[in-house]
Amino acid sequence: MAALAQPAGSPLQLIPTRSVWQRIWRNKAVVVGGGLLLLMVLVALLAPWLSPHDPYAQDLAQRTVPPVWYSAGSWLHPLGTDPLGRDYLSRLLFGARISLLIGVSVAIISGLIGTTMGMLAGYFGGKADLVVSFLVTTRLSMPVILVALATVALIGGSLWVVILVLGLLKWDRFAVVMRSATQQVRSLDYVAAAQSAGASTTRILLGEVLPNVLPHLIVVATLEAASAILLEAALSFLGLGVQPPLPSWGLMISEAKAYMFFSFWLIAIPGSALAVLIFAINLAGDGLRDLLAPEGRA
Amino acid sequence: MHIYMLKRLGLAVLVALAVSMIAFGLLRLSGDPAIAIAGEGATQADIVLVRQTYGFDRPLPVQYAEWLGRTLRGDLGESIYFKTPAAPLILSKLQTTLVLGLLSLAFALVISVPLGVLAALYRNSWIDRLCLGLAVIGQALPNFFFALLLIMLFSIVLHWLPVSGSDSWQHFIMPTVALGYYAAPAFMRLIRAGMIEVLDADYIRTARAKGLPASTVIFKHALRNAVVPVVALTAVQLGYLLGGSVVVETIFALDGLGYLAYQSITFKDFPVMQSIVLLLSVIYVVLTLASDVANAWLDPRIRVA
Repeated sequence: MAALAQPAGSPLQLIPTRSVWQRIWRNKAVVVGGGLLLLMVLVALLAPWLSPHDPYAQDLAQRTVPPVWYSAGSWLHPLGTDPLGRDYLSRLLFGARISLLIGVSVAIISGLIGTTMGMLAGYFGGKADLVVSFLVTTRLSMPVILVALATVALIGGSLWVVILVLGLLKWDRFAVVMRSATQQVRSLDYVAAAQSAGASTTRILLGEVLPNVLPHLIVVATLEAASAILLEAALSFLGLGVQPPLPSWGLMISEAKAYMFFSFWLIAIPGSALAVLIFAINLAGDGLRDLLAPEGRA
Repeated sequence: MHIYMLKRLGLAVLVALAVSMIAFGLLRLSGDPAIAIAGEGATQADIVLVRQTYGFDRPLPVQYAEWLGRTLRGDLGESIYFKTPAAPLILSKLQTTLVLGLLSLAFALVISVPLGVLAALYRNSWIDRLCLGLAVIGQALPNFFFALLLIMLFSIVLHWLPVSGSDSWQHFIMPTVALGYYAAPAFMRLIRAGMIEVLDADYIRTARAKGLPASTVIFKHALRNAVVPVVALTAVQLGYLLGGSVVVETIFALDGLGYLAYQSITFKDFPVMQSIVLLLSVIYVVLTLASDVANAWLDPRIRVA
C-alpha cells in the first residue's frame, strides 16, 4: 500500500531502486563522510587485532615516548606512549570503540524516547501535542552539559552512567523532528486507508507512519550521535565522564593536558581523532539531509 | 497580541516551575543528601544532625515548597564549600559570564553573517563550498580541544595572550573565540538559507530593476529580511553559550558562573550547583520568551497562529 501511495517528492523509497543508489553515490558528502565513518567503525571493531600493544599495559621505562616521526620515536610505539608508558596507538584504537559505543547507544536511547513522544504528538495532536511541546520546551531550557555534569557527579562516573544520562537528556531534537514529520504523513491517503481498514493505532504508527518518517529519523540520529560523542569527550575531559583507565579520547586529552607544553602530540592525536570522527558523521548526516530534502539542493 | 503574550507568559512560568522541580530533584539523585553533606567519616549522629538542620527529615513536597519560597525571595542557601551565602556569590560571577556570552555571540555573528551572505550570493560556487566546508569543520572541532590549540598557539608559541585568569580584557579573547566559533556554523547556514530564499523574491528583482546599487539591494533589502529567523536562533544560541561556558571558563580559569558551576560540582557544593542550574535555565526561559515576543511583534502572522 505504501508503494502505491508514495507522495509526490517523497524521500527515499522503501526499496532503493538503482536511481536512489546513483543519487547517494553522486552525493560526495555521503560518500566521503560515510566512507570515513565506515573505516573508523572497522578500526574500532578490529581494535584488538590492529593494536600493537595492550592499551592498559604500563611500561614505566617507556614513558612519554614521542611518535615515530620525531627523532626520538621508534616503530615499537608508532604514536608514542603516554606519561604512564601505555602505547598511544593502542589506546587510540580502543578509544574509537568507546566513542562509537557512546554515539550509537545514546542515539538509540534518546531516539526511542524522542521518536515515541514526537510520533504521538504529531499523530494525535491536541492535548498530546501540548504535553510533548511542554516537555520539549522544559528540556531545552536546561543546559545539557551542566545537568549531565551534575548528574554524573552525584551518581558517580562510568561509561554506562554517561550513556544513560546523555540518552535521557538528548531526545529533544528527535521529538521535534518526528513530530513535524508525523504531522506531514498523518493526513496522507495510505494512513487514511489503513484507518478505514480498521488497523489499530499501534499498527498504523509502526507500520505506516514510522517507515515513512524513517529517513528523517536516520538524519537526526547521525547528528545526535555526533553531538553525544562530543559531550562524552567534554565530560570525560572535565573528569566527570568515563573514568580511567578507559581510553576515552576526551579522557586522553584530559590526562595529557599537563604535558601539552612539552609533548603537544599527546593532545593533538586524540583531539584530531575526535575531530575526524565528528567530521565524518556530520558530513554523512548533512549529505543525507540534502538527499532527503530536494528543495535544499538549489 | 495581548492574548498571545499572556499564553506565552503562562507557558514560560510553567516551564520555569518544571525546571525548578528538576533542579530540586537533582539533589535527591545522590540518595540521602545528608550523608553527602556530612562528608566522609561522619558519624551517625552527625548525619542525623545535618538532616535536622537542613530539614531533610520532612516530606518532599514540603521541602520543595519551602525551598521554592526561599529561592523566590532570593535566598539560595549557603555555599557548603565557600561558606558564604550562595546568592551574592552567584551574582558576583554572573557578570563575567554574561560578558563572555555576549562577546561570543558577537564573535559568532561577525564571522557568520559575511560568510553566510557570500555563500548565498555565490551559491554553488567554490566560495559557497568553502563556507559550507568551514562550517562542517568548525562543528567537528570539540571546543575544549580548540581551546587548548588556542592556548598552545597564542600563549605558548607567540606569547601574545595570557593562559588563564580574568583580570584584563586580554583574558577574554581566547575564551570568546573558543566559545563563539561553535555557534557560527548554525548562524551561517541559517543566513545562507534565508538569503537564498530572499534573493529569489520578486521585490529583490524589482529593486535590481530599479537600478539600485548592488550593495543597497543586498544589505538593505535582502539581509534585513533574511535576518528575521536569526533573532529566534540568537536566543537559543545564547542559552547554549551560557551552558558551554562551563567547559570554556574551566579551561581558561575565567572566574565566571561556568567556572563556579564546575567548582561546585567537583566540591559537591549542592546549593550552589542547584542554584546555577536553575538560574541558567530561567535565563534561557526569559530569553526565548523575549525572542518570541520580539518575533510576534516583527511578524504579525505568528500572533494569530
